[in-house]
Amino acid sequence: MSNANDPDVALQTGTAVPPDEPVREREPEVEPPSRWHEAFRRVTTGNAIISVLAVLLALIVGAIMIAFTDERVQAASAYFFARPGDTFVAIWDAVGGAYAAFFQGSIYNFRRDDFISGIRPLTETLKFSAPLIAAGLGVGLAFRVGMFNIGGRGQMLLAAAGAGWVAFSFDLPWGLHMIVAVIVGLLAGALWAGIAGLLKARTGAHEVIVTIMLNYVALYLVSWMLRTPGLLQAPGSNNPKTPPMKDTAIFPDLLPGPQLNLHFGFLLSIGAVFLVWWILDRSSLGFKFRAVGLNPNAARVAGINVKSMYVYAMLISGALVGLAGVHQVLGTVTTGFSSGIDAGIGFDAITVALLGRSTPFGILAAGLLFGAFKAGGFSMQAAEGVPIDIVLVVQSLIVLFIAAPPLVRAIFRLPQPGAKPKSKRTRTPRKEEVAAK
Amino acid sequence: MKLELRGITKKFGSLVANDHIDLTVEAGEIHCLLGENGAGKSTLMNVLYGLYQADEGEIALDGRVQHFDGPGDAMRAGIGMVHQHFMLIPVFTVAENVMLGHEQTKGLGRLDLPAARAKVREISERFGFDVDPDALVDDLPVGVQQRVEIIKALSRDARVLVFDEPTAVLTPQETDELMGIMRQLKESGASIVFITHKLREVREVADRITVIRLGKVVGEAAPTASNAELASLMVGRAVELTVHKEEPKLGDEALTVEHLSVVDPIGQLVVNDVSFSVRRGEVLAVAGVQGNGQTELTEALVGLQPRVQGTVRLDGEDITKNSVRRILDAGVGFVPEDRKEDGLVGEFSVAENLILDRAEGAPFVKAFNVQRGLLAEFARDKVREFDIRTPGIDTLAGRLSGGNQQKVVLARELSRDLRLLVAAQPTRGVDVGSIEFIHKRIIETRDEGVPVVVVSTELDEVTALADRIMVMYRGRVVGIVPGDTPRDVLGLMMAGEAPPSASAPTPEGAVA
Amino acid sequence: MTAPTQHHATTSSPGLDTTVVVSWKAPIAFAVVTVLLAILFIASPHAGDATFRLSTGSDLIQLPELVLNGIVATWIGVALLAAVTVASAALVRAKRRVPLWLLVVFAVIALMAFLTWAAAGARTPVIPMPGLLAGALSLSVPLIFGALCGVISERVGVINIAIEGQLLAGAFTSAVIASVIGQGILGPIIGQVAGLTAAAVAGVLVAFVLAAFSIKYFVDQVIVGVVLNVLVIGLTSFLFSQVLAPNASLLNSPPRLERLPIPLLSEIPLIGPMFFRQTIIVYLMYLIVALVYFGLFHTKWGLRLRSVGEHPTAADTVGINVARTRFWNVSLAGAIAGLGGAFFTLGAVGAFGKEMTAGAGFIALAAVIFGQWDPIKATLAALLFGFASNLQNTLSVMGSPVPSEFMLMLPYVVTILAVAGFVGKVRGPAAAGKPYIKS
Repeated sequence: MSNANDPDVALQTGTAVPPDEPVREREPEVEPPSRWHEAFRRVTTGNAIISVLAVLLALIVGAIMIAFTDERVQAASAYFFARPGDTFVAIWDAVGGAYAAFFQGSIYNFRRDDFISGIRPLTETLKFSAPLIAAGLGVGLAFRVGMFNIGGRGQMLLAAAGAGWVAFSFDLPWGLHMIVAVIVGLLAGALWAGIAGLLKARTGAHEVIVTIMLNYVALYLVSWMLRTPGLLQAPGSNNPKTPPMKDTAIFPDLLPGPQLNLHFGFLLSIGAVFLVWWILDRSSLGFKFRAVGLNPNAARVAGINVKSMYVYAMLISGALVGLAGVHQVLGTVTTGFSSGIDAGIGFDAITVALLGRSTPFGILAAGLLFGAFKAGGFSMQAAEGVPIDIVLVVQSLIVLFIAAPPLVRAIFRLPQPGAKPKSKRTRTPRKEEVAAK
Repeated sequence: MKLELRGITKKFGSLVANDHIDLTVEAGEIHCLLGENGAGKSTLMNVLYGLYQADEGEIALDGRVQHFDGPGDAMRAGIGMVHQHFMLIPVFTVAENVMLGHEQTKGLGRLDLPAARAKVREISERFGFDVDPDALVDDLPVGVQQRVEIIKALSRDARVLVFDEPTAVLTPQETDELMGIMRQLKESGASIVFITHKLREVREVADRITVIRLGKVVGEAAPTASNAELASLMVGRAVELTVHKEEPKLGDEALTVEHLSVVDPIGQLVVNDVSFSVRRGEVLAVAGVQGNGQTELTEALVGLQPRVQGTVRLDGEDITKNSVRRILDAGVGFVPEDRKEDGLVGEFSVAENLILDRAEGAPFVKAFNVQRGLLAEFARDKVREFDIRTPGIDTLAGRLSGGNQQKVVLARELSRDLRLLVAAQPTRGVDVGSIEFIHKRIIETRDEGVPVVVVSTELDEVTALADRIMVMYRGRVVGIVPGDTPRDVLGLMMAGEAPPSASAPTPEGAVA
Repeated sequence: MTAPTQHHATTSSPGLDTTVVVSWKAPIAFAVVTVLLAILFIASPHAGDATFRLSTGSDLIQLPELVLNGIVATWIGVALLAAVTVASAALVRAKRRVPLWLLVVFAVIALMAFLTWAAAGARTPVIPMPGLLAGALSLSVPLIFGALCGVISERVGVINIAIEGQLLAGAFTSAVIASVIGQGILGPIIGQVAGLTAAAVAGVLVAFVLAAFSIKYFVDQVIVGVVLNVLVIGLTSFLFSQVLAPNASLLNSPPRLERLPIPLLSEIPLIGPMFFRQTIIVYLMYLIVALVYFGLFHTKWGLRLRSVGEHPTAADTVGINVARTRFWNVSLAGAIAGLGGAFFTLGAVGAFGKEMTAGAGFIALAAVIFGQWDPIKATLAALLFGFASNLQNTLSVMGSPVPSEFMLMLPYVVTILAVAGFVGKVRGPAAAGKPYIKS
């Protein structure tokens, strides 16, 4: 070849790693589109022991809170130095009593004589977990597509309004009525979430902000409908509340006996688990979803319509969260609902999805756990006077601990993985791989 | 100021990026640090600048051993750095950027902007820069941004200046001006470390040269050393790479691009009225300095650019406004420039990456289900055919080496029935063995009668593959010349000078 | 406004030809609002008069009442809006930008037209402007504190969804501390000061958790923020039910802050009562707004803070400790939000109640975005949102037919429109939300 004496040219093609390689410098910053994925990865790379320890830690904190706010403990601690034993007995009574009530409220009540009423707490757990699982799946699925759906509250409200409206205002045969109500509810939830998906796809509006804002828009919209005669308000009433659902639309009970409240909705949630598993792990749509969630740039270059994936993902996510809203009106509170029908499940769903590592079966497990927390929390409140709000504290602590494995390891003095002598400036694995080139 | 690095060792896990490196730079000297990318030059300089902590070794300035906990310490000691990727805040003005970190303040912590402006003006005048202290950095061309970086270092009274690959983003003219600035700085008594892999620049300004390879110093040289000596020191092996290829068997015109322009979000015409065509069985190589519109051109061809004017026709069919999906389905294979960012999903398995752009319809999707058995079989085939070194088809693609990642991308694109192959920087960051393999496959694709467009900033790759060469400069086509055009002509064209016998952008007669 | 986020796209590197990218969003948004209002006025014309009362009885300077006819005034308004729309369209056609002031003019006209229409159809068609404005400011106070918190933490690169939690923590702590100390021998004034201090400390504690998890453990900032809100709601509600409610007189009866009218200034018609007949916490707020604005754009602190939020690597290379800068500024932001929380208990309500912040933290977040991460604009946005929710109160007192819920929705809707790019240009700090992982 001519001109081989041009030194630069001669060298460049021979180099093992040709110059101007931009990849290295792009690494230090996490690329914007994969932020959720980073978060997701962080949550998923922790191992099972961390999850268990996180739950344990959170329960310990809960115990401390109960002990410190218990009146008997406070009374006993007043003369702590005279009789320290009293304080410890009081602590043991308070915490033991609360957690015993918690167990009896969520798993099995040994104080009951017959099995049916003894097992009732477990069915309560399943009942509470059903909407948590559904909404958790919604949040988790959006997560896998790289989006954060904080709009659970709004989507649940709209879905509840839609399903409830069908359930109390139409006369349809048994079965069909329920199906129509469920479908309308899912559609309402899907469309409400779809707004966020569409805005993200069309204008780049961040779904976190949009979904948060849509929560409040939905709240006021539904509040207005609830106090407007002819929309959702019960006729002849001045309360912002709907009439009761008609029997033809209510989810049937799964178990015999008036004590057991487990309804058909639980099966819908289990079905949703398998559906989401199929979508994510088996279907071509899920393949594209995951590709977009992990690397939207590569997905776009590979001809995947990233924008439609955002919209589809939010639609499905909203429908799943909507299912939770449908559960509430057709299963849990069938006597008419008001604007608090979401019962905080929209936010609980985020913790469920995080604890479940955004995988369908993980969410199932996390949903069951948090369902137990709810059932147990109510029983704790009734039996021991411990406010149910403690469940929120325990739940949020679990998620915080799980999100930061190094913290949990430090608390339990477990070895930090990949710890190096000079831990002050340890490199992340991702960068090592880059440097290794 | 005399700078000494003594026995610097820096390890990242099992990788030794710097292995007992010694380097001495005298005051008033330009010392070149020569080496391939990945040789450990930037790591060494980051150690010097306090961004990394060395595992062993010490840094001395004028004989006094220093300890840098962070860049602040290094700067206070008189070390300044012009980073390869500018460390400037785009939304700040020049003056704000220059003062950041050592702000002068008036009462109440108020910024003394007039003082900062005066400083910028003073340094600008001293070196003949034309920099407006109140301009937003974002609005400045790269060449000027680099000067801001230099002003930043000088405003901190840096006596040792490190230039990390400063010419990578510059045009030849800007490069010449930078050389002049470096000489000026040297005359003012500063010690300069100049990191590069370009021999011409080294020979032009260096007083001394240290060559490093694989994290070790492999030799020192004077600027009078021959290119061959420097080159063999730097690479450690024979530097020759040719692709065996026959004369092209040209078919019909397949890809026709007419008056193509691409507008970026702030309205710049990054591709400006480009017209060319490629025949079946022909490789058109697009040459040019990085950032002259080549990337956007390839993206426009496959439908990835949103604001496109003009037409792209493939076998007579207008595909300009088609979606990426439709363009790929029409038989266009695309190897993107940045494979980690655009070519692969790092956390997908090798198998999944092999059908990343085929996740719709037969054969891999039936009734909405991904055909996992078929996919596994296909993946194993391709791993064998393309010699992808991977523990298995379920290994995450991000874990593979650069060359093997690129083979995954290439295998995916070449496993479809192609009517056009567009490959951008197909061998960037790829080992030599894989480069040969990839070049061979590209030529084979050409010989099957597929039109091929290859974009490369490496002239050697361009001349190795091209049947014709199109040179781009600032979004425009400088000219389209035969594949055997001398390199000095190509070099001039890359600087924007039309070739002496500028050919019209048509293929006729252009192939030698 | 000297906000550096404004991006001048007109200049560019020499050599590349340019063409102008125009955006039709503003004219389209204007047209949509104009048409919607016109439809409203056609569908439901209100023929009565609307009376704007500009003074209260106790004012020194009495302004006359302003009476507008419902039909005439609304249609003049629509005509003006149409004119602004046409003007903005003409600007865009001429490849120029729609200036911010035109947006403000449009918003004011639209608001006045709407107010006139609403009042003209009400049972008592009188709008007490001083009360409306003063109430708006009251409702805005926690929003402004929250928004300043958001501006600081996002400018330094940490997305703060936990403003709500910080407000709530501040409200709770200030109530408890002010009650305990204020009823003791130290007296109410010391109690109030202690309550305010405790509120700031509580905000800082929440911020510590946010900072520790997002900066030290690189946990996603949005996740931490969301979880922190739940945690604070849980904690305060738990403690409220378990401890405060049974001992309300001891623990939840803080001495309320008195209004301190500023002589002369408080007698300025219309704006005097609004701005200068307020409690100490409001005057503190004016000071903090000014300080944050001055600090962010004119001091070393602000320059460093913004550099860390825009390009942490660059800040690092000039010797700025990114993690430390983020940590302390997020904490400072927490202190500000905590103070805002104290307004709920010491300033407005006089006792803590479960979840009493009721989403104010999210409106504050909306104000941050709507205010384009600028302390002054965010304050104005918070004022606008406070105005909207007080307008709702006023309208329902007047018996206006507009459902109050739609007024309450307004902040959220305009924020959605803002992030979708229909209103203004939204560009946050470049590195907000991204952990800075040092090599």
